[in-house]
Amino acid sequence: MAGATSMHLGSDHASRFESKAATRETPLVKWTILALALGFFAIFLLMPLIAVFVEALRKGWETYVSALVDPDALSAIKLTLLAAAISVPLNLVFGVAAAWAIAKFEFRGKQILITLIDLPFSVSPVIAGLVFVLIFGAQGWFGPWLSEHDIKIVFAVPGIVLATVFVTFPFIARELIPLMQAQGREEEEAAVVLGARGWQVFWHVTLPNIKWGLMYGVILTNARAMGEFGAVSVVSGHIRGQTNTLPLHVEILYNEYMFSAAFAVASLLALLALVTLVIKNWVEHQAARSYRETQESAS
Amino acid sequence: MSIQVKNIHKQFGDFTALDDISLDFPSGELVALLGPSGCGKTTLLRIIAGLEQADAGQVLLDGEDASSTHVRERQVGFVFQHYALFKHMTVFDNVAFGMRMKPRGQRPSEAKIRDKVHELLKLVQLDWLADRFPSQLSGGQRQRIALARALAVEPRVLLLDEPFGALDAKVRKELRRWLRKLHDELHITSIFVTHDQEEALEVADRVVLMDHGKVEQIGTPEEVYRHPATPFVYGFLGSVNLFHGRVDGESVRVGDDTLAHQTSDLAHGAEVVAFARPHELDIDTDPASTAGIAARINRILAFGVTARVELDGINGSTGQHFEVEITRQRVLDLGLTDGQDVRLVPSRLKVFEKDGATG
Repeated sequence: MAGATSMHLGSDHASRFESKAATRETPLVKWTILALALGFFAIFLLMPLIAVFVEALRKGWETYVSALVDPDALSAIKLTLLAAAISVPLNLVFGVAAAWAIAKFEFRGKQILITLIDLPFSVSPVIAGLVFVLIFGAQGWFGPWLSEHDIKIVFAVPGIVLATVFVTFPFIARELIPLMQAQGREEEEAAVVLGARGWQVFWHVTLPNIKWGLMYGVILTNARAMGEFGAVSVVSGHIRGQTNTLPLHVEILYNEYMFSAAFAVASLLALLALVTLVIKNWVEHQAARSYRETQESAS
Repeated sequence: MSIQVKNIHKQFGDFTALDDISLDFPSGELVALLGPSGCGKTTLLRIIAGLEQADAGQVLLDGEDASSTHVRERQVGFVFQHYALFKHMTVFDNVAFGMRMKPRGQRPSEAKIRDKVHELLKLVQLDWLADRFPSQLSGGQRQRIALARALAVEPRVLLLDEPFGALDAKVRKELRRWLRKLHDELHITSIFVTHDQEEALEVADRVVLMDHGKVEQIGTPEEVYRHPATPFVYGFLGSVNLFHGRVDGESVRVGDDTLAHQTSDLAHGAEVVAFARPHELDIDTDPASTAGIAARINRILAFGVTARVELDGINGSTGQHFEVEITRQRVLDLGLTDGQDVRLVPSRLKVFEKDGATG
């Protein structure tokens, strides 16, 4: 998780290790390890990815496209985008605020707050979904009051958004806390002494320093928001054309033996994952570069 | 602008960082806060800046109570030990930052800002680095930029927190001299924190010595070095030789040996510590002599004009080490050799009564 800055640093060292006879392993060891790693990679990562696209296109382009432009599929795409579009900005604000508070200030109950932020990671998504059903459902705590006022949360779009926000909550905060702790307060203090106001300090000093970490957190949040299944499945109610997200739609199609359509929609999610990976790599690269510059300026 | 602090007290948990500190920093002076790490000097500086809040006491800027004034309204310039330059901004933008952050009404035009930045960069002799980023600069250059940035908002006082602490010895020395020169040009009231006694004595108009959250002595470099008020000050400013003993009339008894002293107000029989600097000790090779302390030469380091002689105490002061600085010529004249037994005779002795008394 906290890795955007820790990668890309050891590659020089690794190649030097390999090129010297004194530190080189025997070919047998080298190739065994390589074969194991690559074999594992091929079976568990590459094969499923290829399978998704092969299965999706098995019955030709027409079936593929028609599965995607199906009204139910389109509405699932819309809902998925909507859930992401709401939960990403919300968690962006929450995450930055929480990380700022934890990294830059000392207060009572800080450790409890850190633990609470991690809660969505440690709790099974199904339970997360159930919690919302128990609170907002028809038999739940606020159920009667909500139905009196004709507000629907569970088995409706608000419930899906709530569940998505919950499961993606820790990503940005977790990414920023170590980064902000490492940077300390000095630059911000310097800005305040120079007369900058709170907002100016944040905009001109804090934000530029954390931008790559923040971007990384946003990408992870977005990927999880679009791919979340468990929690959303519990609160969704699977109403076609209304409360189905992409992952739920895939499940429905699969259960109805419409394999090609299921894989077609799944390929959309897979493509999204690939795009996310590319962006993530690029961000990591940028983060590593700015991290190296920081190191140089600190030495 | 003058700065006064009155009865400042600061506690971190069980640790008392500052214990009832009252100080006066007159206008236009360059004052050093000197002390070992953990003595509270940085905390005091941060309280004056407003970056830290005192538990009790007042900070007066120009006679006005500033305790409740926000940092950004205090108009102080602060230079950090690790520069705290904005990494993502060029040198130019760093220096311009303070001016650009001003409320719209008071903000100078971009053209004015540009002139001012270049003027400041010329002042710190780094005009040619305006477009670089902090990561492309050396440590000494960075600290000069940090100083230019602090000066850009025309502060009424300049506070420097171990400004040369992160630099190597040669650059430190250069920047020290340069800071003194800059202060002579600008005459801005400045306080700088350091743990390096040489730096404090060389640069400052006045030195405030601190230890364990208390002020030990205030004075010009000459005063504090020549007339240390407490054993701590004596020990902190340069190397010392230390003798534990008891007052016996006109002399101090150290084991079986005696040292003459010039201090008049010591009670007979009082437990004392006596100090002498290495250059205030002479070596007597006459075996018949009874004055001074018996010691055995351990090592003679004679590289330059002065020679350093390291000795071990014998008789009453066994296990103690002494250091004497004499000319190389004198070492040759006396014919000193390793392992020789000699006597140490102080030309000047500073005697303090033991147990907290500061006499």
